[in-house]
Amino acid sequence: MSPLSRRDLLVGGAAAGAGLVIGFYLPRRGASEKDSFSPNAYLRITPDNKVTVVVARSEMGQGVRTALPMILAEELEADWKQIEIEQAGASTFFGDQTTGGSASIRTTWDPMRKAGAIAREMLISAAALTWAVPRSGCTAENGHIKHAASGRSLSYGELAAKASTLPIPSDVTLKQSKDYKIVGQRLARVDSPAKVKGEAVFGIDFKIPGMKYAVLSRCPVIGGKVSSFDEKDSKKIGGVSYVGKVGDSAVAVVADSVWGAMEGRRVLNVTWDEGPNKDFNSTPVPNAPTMARDLPDFSKAAVLYSAGTTPNVLKVHQTYQLPFMAHAPMEPGNCTAHYQGSKCEMWIPTQVPQDCRDSVATAIGLDPDQVKVNVTLMGGGFGRRLEHDYAIEAALVSKAINAPVKVIWTREDDMRFSTYRPASTHFLGATVDGSGLPVALRHMIVAPSISGQKGQPTPNNVDPDLPDEAGPVYGIPNYSIQYLMTQTPVPLGWMRSVYALQAAFALESFIDELAVAAGKDPLKYRLQLLAKDQDLTYFSTTWHTARMRGVLQLAAEKSGWDKPLPAGRFRGVACFGCFSSYMAEVVEMSMENGQPRVHRVVAAVDCGQVVNPAILEQQIQGGIIYGLGNALRAKITIEKGRVVQGNFDDYQPLRMEETPTVEVYAVPSQETPTGIGEPSVPPIAPALCNAIYAATKKRVRALPIQS
Amino acid sequence: MADITLRVNGSEKKVSVSPETPLLWVLRDTLEMTGTKFGCGAGLCGACTVHVEGSAIRSCSTPVSQVAGKSITTIEGLGANGPHVLQQAWIAEEVPQCGYCQTGQIMQAAALLAKTPNPTDEQITQAMNGNLCRCGTYERIRKAIHRAAGNGGAR
Repeated sequence: MSPLSRRDLLVGGAAAGAGLVIGFYLPRRGASEKDSFSPNAYLRITPDNKVTVVVARSEMGQGVRTALPMILAEELEADWKQIEIEQAGASTFFGDQTTGGSASIRTTWDPMRKAGAIAREMLISAAALTWAVPRSGCTAENGHIKHAASGRSLSYGELAAKASTLPIPSDVTLKQSKDYKIVGQRLARVDSPAKVKGEAVFGIDFKIPGMKYAVLSRCPVIGGKVSSFDEKDSKKIGGVSYVGKVGDSAVAVVADSVWGAMEGRRVLNVTWDEGPNKDFNSTPVPNAPTMARDLPDFSKAAVLYSAGTTPNVLKVHQTYQLPFMAHAPMEPGNCTAHYQGSKCEMWIPTQVPQDCRDSVATAIGLDPDQVKVNVTLMGGGFGRRLEHDYAIEAALVSKAINAPVKVIWTREDDMRFSTYRPASTHFLGATVDGSGLPVALRHMIVAPSISGQKGQPTPNNVDPDLPDEAGPVYGIPNYSIQYLMTQTPVPLGWMRSVYALQAAFALESFIDELAVAAGKDPLKYRLQLLAKDQDLTYFSTTWHTARMRGVLQLAAEKSGWDKPLPAGRFRGVACFGCFSSYMAEVVEMSMENGQPRVHRVVAAVDCGQVVNPAILEQQIQGGIIYGLGNALRAKITIEKGRVVQGNFDDYQPLRMEETPTVEVYAVPSQETPTGIGEPSVPPIAPALCNAIYAATKKRVRALPIQS
Repeated sequence: MADITLRVNGSEKKVSVSPETPLLWVLRDTLEMTGTKFGCGAGLCGACTVHVEGSAIRSCSTPVSQVAGKSITTIEGLGANGPHVLQQAWIAEEVPQCGYCQTGQIMQAAALLAKTPNPTDEQITQAMNGNLCRCGTYERIRKAIHRAAGNGGAR
């Protein structure tokens, strides 16, 4: 595939107030595309009346293949039933295609709306020209342009050829939310029918003729290398055709079946050079201050947020700690690569198609243009597929054997060779007034930097994720949030809600402690802290205490916070904002045999305009169950440089028997949409721990709860 | 290597594989039926659930030699005569997110309904507890099973 030349690119201005610039292009028309209408990279209408919307984010269960086309279809005035979906591979047409940071809706809201509106206006023009009537008499409706005066109507397909000859308007008017017909509706997900029939093709299901399978033996010690290996026993396994080193730290076993490759690896003899971390244990967290009252050196910390002045000496202190955690998506890592000398084609379940393309190109000595990345469905992502490790392995093995190959990770590979949520320690301090409300509060986050470890920029010693994930919640007059970057040899990755999980656990546990010390109801205490309308500016986001108050009040009302509970039942509450969305959660639980059992969670969210309420509910519910599993048990430990946990027996996600009902309520809003994939995760751990305190008078200050 | 005859979704399939190969990989790689998923390889997650003689089993931990000649049903066979009532219920309750575990969940639920046409919450939990879902769809799965039971699930 040759890259488009510069003259094919028309740089479209961003929609009014969008703050986004995206390349719109006029595709070359091959014979097969004759008379098709494709005013930009997101849309193609053909004379047979097919309306194809291109989705340039990855589907990992969060519903982008449904929600993103809904946004375009709204402006296009399309007939939703007519829409077909096409998944984009890595392409510069779409700007940054990373699927993460709860950003798919946020970052495509304007480009998708504009793409639809441009097409709509051109179709209106095409109809007006066809009928020789003024544009003003023509309207777009349900996949047709209509001329009311004469009762004529033409489908978008019938107008495609004419529309494709017209100039692309540089400015278009977007619809008002009161006129929405598609956005805001509970439309069924487009991907569900194939998923329930077993017909959906995930990365692991993809196959091409002549494809081999590879599993890799990786050094069990972090940072270790292959010293030598003996392939003799592996080669005795039926179907094993190749054994060879991949990079410095792994040996690949290639066979004509997955099982053959796994068996070949089982008997492979590798001698490892265990390297510098062979005596490393993850407890205590290296370079982090311990749980003792020894405060770290605040002068070395970066200031993330500062209101008023926060004195060095505060009256009340607490320390909170969180462990390393693993994403553990259901579909283990995999990637299919076909290296063919001057080019390489990849099929990969990835959140970062462009990074995969570029990293693979570097690894196998090609230009990025020579690497084609196809994005498959993903069996969960949760941030694990923001890494490009599977892709590089597959490309290297394919090059080594000069044949198409699929690299498959086992569950143990996934657990032990992942990248992990950073362990962190949090120092909270406050000085309270006569009524027990904080007049000064400091939150010091001590954690290694994910981006820093990967060699990416950390301006002013601030991890670049913190601006989306560790903002202020309350309008406390003297309030500072600080960050002290530490180092760790443990590979770090972005895991669902990233640092927000840690920040929320520490802050919302501490606020609860202050409420208890003040002898106040923890929910009313929070409402008091949010009583005044304030705008809290944190990096490029402005948090509004009024919107946080709104979700807290909604959660209070729906949970029946003021109503008495049956004996043995207890409640806890927490609220937090991240990825520009506001979230409050109320947990209802009891203690059974000394362990918490959650019966009900009431979640209230303010994420601006809701695109699809059904998907919103799924995301909020899923995030809470994911977060509950994290809170109860998620912990990765490293002993002698090795990850201890290996499968779902020693890293146990939540199962059905522990799952509460989760009710989801959204604050009605026409504000610009904000993130929904992650914001429900952070409040659940502190809400549960606060309920545990209500039940037992014991405070959980270190996760996981069941450690 | 051994020649083994399997009865999958009503048809006879002859395969030539080593007898200890887990049924999962024979289904996926040899017979190219990829609706049955690999999740843990240790019978801990249920993504690989299929029916052998009507009972739900974990195909990742079942050597193919053990099921030679037995009747095997996979997700591809469950809805062979139009969508199964569970598949319809799964869509009606908007269960799938990533969808990876859902074929195993549906096979597990189908085995439950075959023996217990109107399961209680307790019976659903007991039957489904071995099937993991990292997207957290459990409550919707429960609702979908109740819905299917109400629509004659054990057809």
